[in-house]
Amino acid sequence: MIVSIASGKGGTGKTTVAASLARVWVRRLVAVDLDVEAPNLHLFLHPVIEEIVPAWIETPVVDESKCTFCLACSALCQFKAISVMGSVVLTFAEMCHGCGGCIAICPGKAISPGKRQLGEISRGYAGNAEYLAGCLRIGESMSPPMMRQVKSRLKEIVCASDRDAIIDAPPGVSCPAVNAVIDSDVIVLVTEPTPFGLHDFKLAWEAFSPFGKPMGVVINRAGAGDRELYSFCEEKNIPVLAEIPDERAVAEGYSKGRVIADLSPEFRKIFVSLHSKIFELAAGALDMEAAHA
Amino acid sequence: MSKIAITSEGPDLDDPVDPRFGRAAGFLVVDVETMDTSYIDNGQTQVLAQGAGIQAAQLVAGAGVDCVLSGFVGPKAFQALSAVKIKVVQDLDEGMTVRQAVEKYKRGAVRFAEGPNRGAGR
Repeated sequence: MIVSIASGKGGTGKTTVAASLARVWVRRLVAVDLDVEAPNLHLFLHPVIEEIVPAWIETPVVDESKCTFCLACSALCQFKAISVMGSVVLTFAEMCHGCGGCIAICPGKAISPGKRQLGEISRGYAGNAEYLAGCLRIGESMSPPMMRQVKSRLKEIVCASDRDAIIDAPPGVSCPAVNAVIDSDVIVLVTEPTPFGLHDFKLAWEAFSPFGKPMGVVINRAGAGDRELYSFCEEKNIPVLAEIPDERAVAEGYSKGRVIADLSPEFRKIFVSLHSKIFELAAGALDMEAAHA
Repeated sequence: MSKIAITSEGPDLDDPVDPRFGRAAGFLVVDVETMDTSYIDNGQTQVLAQGAGIQAAQLVAGAGVDCVLSGFVGPKAFQALSAVKIKVVQDLDEGMTVRQAVEKYKRGAVRFAEGPNRGAGR
């Protein structure tokens, strides 16, 4: 099973939940940091890194002697990374999403693949869990192509060693967030019961609903804010899988890079219960009424 | 015959100059001798996630202009325009109409830019 931990708003506790969930996970696991723009799961899981490999993207290199200026590549590219201006072919490697379309469509075979480094993929172990993370190069903006490479690595690991996966997703509801949740079996949205939290939670719920995947919510900083979030979840029948109380101990633990589930038996219990509710949710066996109690 | 393109908020000579090049509302193509005009709508370009400057450069190049007059031109647009030897006049005064910009150009009171005056994606 692949579980993605996502949110609309940033800083609501995705990594806090992902790290704690990883700690209590029963089956063999790979914990994946797919927030390639700002990975931080390692700050809590303290993995031992065994391997770091560069991640590349294929970008077009044009042999102008073979180009007939037919404009096929230019018309195909939605990102204007390759453009024909008169009898000059311009390529903008930093704008290329690496789809390979221009290379495939060129009738004169004038375009060949070059490459640009997107970032690095690191792999290691955090206790019994395997750890996998992508980190985008400073100044690079192509998150989804970087994420696709981390995900293909994830697929290899999951297939080779029959592991579940917890994906720590990037915040927001745009391409990177969608890329993080789209291959998962269950989506867990983390939010807080504040007007900002609710606003961005609604965006995330709307963005991810069309995938038709089981989706539940973890309410962080429960006790702060108001009850609007709870009413919304009840109205839309979104199960509340867990609540993390708004306590100073959580913030203190977090600031020291500690996993919340390790702080006390009470905190651990929250995530053990979340773990089983995720499995119930995935199996379509979650008691929805109890989830809104 | 010499044609120039001015970034414009509308299809008329008395419409205000749009200060942006790539994400301009449109381009008024003006024949500087006859003052005949034609308008290129740039709405399709405005909604591109990226590459607006390059797309806009392709549009004006297709109209066969020698020179572009605008407020701000980014680096990729500048590179694309330079590739087909279209000259760039930038830093047009705010609030100027297209007609005023053309007149300024005809008086020779403009300076051709040597490089972009805007960062990418602005």
